[in-house]
Amino acid sequence: MTLKTEEVRNIAHLARLQINDSNVEQYTNDLSNILNVFKQMKLHDTTNILPMAHPMDATQRLRPDVVSETNQREKFQAIAPDVEQHLYRVPKVIE
Amino acid sequence: MTITIKQLQKGLADKQFSSVEITQDYLNKINQKNIDLNCFISVTGELALKQAASADAVIASGKGSVLTGIPMAHKDIFCTDGVKTSCGSKMLDNFIAPYDATVIEKFNRSGTVMLGKTNLDEFAMGSSNENSFYGSVGNPWDTSRVPGGSSGGSAAAVAARLAPGATGTDTGGSIRQPAALCGITGIKPTYGRVSRYGIVAFGSSLEQAGPFAHTAEDCALLLQSMSGFDPRDSTSVDQAVPNFSVDLNKDIAGLKIGLPKEFFADGLDSDVATVIETAISEFRKLGAEIVDISLPNMGLSIPVYYVVAPAECSSNLSRMDGVRFGHQCENPIDLEDLYKRSRSEGFGEEVKRRIMIGTYALSAGYYDAYYLKAQRLRRLIKQDYVKAFEQVDVILCPTTPEVAFKRGEKTDDPINMYLQDIYTLSLNLAGLPGMSIPAGFSQSMPVGLQLIGNYFEESRILNTAHKFQQVTDWHLKAPEVK
Repeated sequence: MTLKTEEVRNIAHLARLQINDSNVEQYTNDLSNILNVFKQMKLHDTTNILPMAHPMDATQRLRPDVVSETNQREKFQAIAPDVEQHLYRVPKVIE
Repeated sequence: MTITIKQLQKGLADKQFSSVEITQDYLNKINQKNIDLNCFISVTGELALKQAASADAVIASGKGSVLTGIPMAHKDIFCTDGVKTSCGSKMLDNFIAPYDATVIEKFNRSGTVMLGKTNLDEFAMGSSNENSFYGSVGNPWDTSRVPGGSSGGSAAAVAARLAPGATGTDTGGSIRQPAALCGITGIKPTYGRVSRYGIVAFGSSLEQAGPFAHTAEDCALLLQSMSGFDPRDSTSVDQAVPNFSVDLNKDIAGLKIGLPKEFFADGLDSDVATVIETAISEFRKLGAEIVDISLPNMGLSIPVYYVVAPAECSSNLSRMDGVRFGHQCENPIDLEDLYKRSRSEGFGEEVKRRIMIGTYALSAGYYDAYYLKAQRLRRLIKQDYVKAFEQVDVILCPTTPEVAFKRGEKTDDPINMYLQDIYTLSLNLAGLPGMSIPAGFSQSMPVGLQLIGNYFEESRILNTAHKFQQVTDWHLKAPEVK
């Protein structure tokens, strides 16, 4: 399977990654080669086989809805790149 | 010379030396040898000596436990409160973890001493430790070769005798493969055995933390300290933890060891095969019964793993957005620019490749063909093991198809690199415990032997490994590090 450079640009956008024109070819090649390895999966019949998401087929555990962690906002925001009045600052989103 | 944790423990108890003395000794060695090996990203000397002094006080008061005062190195993927936790990435180069991972918390409670944080492939993605923002790591047996990955720094540190034990994580072989390539012992426990809380997540349904050491006996002690149910980790399994050291000396006469023919087929280096065959004859001498078995779907583990792991990685790494922590680009023009440039500048090539593969496999129109298909095949791989364990107690095979390769040899060929984990990936897909122990040498480089156990039967593989180490001395061989 060979991807087109346009598809690779779209995947990068979905993943919020910026790729330069100079290396889009390289990514296209690498990703196409990896997708080729996946082809052999098609040769196996998996009708009636349930998808396995967890090695023990465990489901999400529930817990009582009580407070178990304390608020550590100061500590957690101390490592943020840009904080003002306890809020994370980002570029303007709405014009 | 090899000094085991067991020996250090005895020396501390007998007051032959203090924890401060041995900690200083290890720090001196790290200081001398880390320049060449590059196995540590951070050396926490001051903290280590402080921890060692408290450990000495605890020992003196008679309240020490088995690991009190034992120095250790931790893979730089475990969050350590107040200490940089980089995950080998530029993205987290400025990340000072605001809390301790459960594993770290448990080791702190056991009184171990943290020497530093070890190098790794960025976000644990890689098999050679060459994908690190902090540079590659030398294999102590031959620094022109790789130590394996992703826990390459931890494995190299233990192999070079810069630490008697270390932690690692294993998502597709990242404990077992570097243990094999560096000639040490390492174990990946059953999925859910060790808490994942505070481990920077890559493949949530695959990864487990485990220890590296010189012997299976030491690994049993370290794993004991790491294991146990953790309500803070939703993937942690609420299962009683046995005493891993109790059965170490159990006779293995009559133990049924299965040899899966798929792991001895084409692609296995013939010298590595010879070493493994010699090891098998040792197990025969110990009275084990060797049984030929088949795991017919193992050929699928590479494609299945490289769909599932990147899918999980693309989802897990979406939290690295340049807003709440980690690298942020300069002067973003809008939010999309902030996300895209922060992520592109912060992540290395292999991480970007995997994020893109995962994004593709999870995207509309491809989800069924790739992700769901891979999950169905994953069940077939697990079923192969379930059937095999109806026949045998332990499965034995090589850990890797060849010994440590040269640095740079496979960096331009991602798929060739992926093939390094061909014997280790399927255990993560199935969630089974496995370990690698030194079994001999080929081209003067160590060869690892993998033992695979049934679910929650870490004790049995540790016992099998320990019995082997009682009659061989491969695990005591030390490299000459200049």
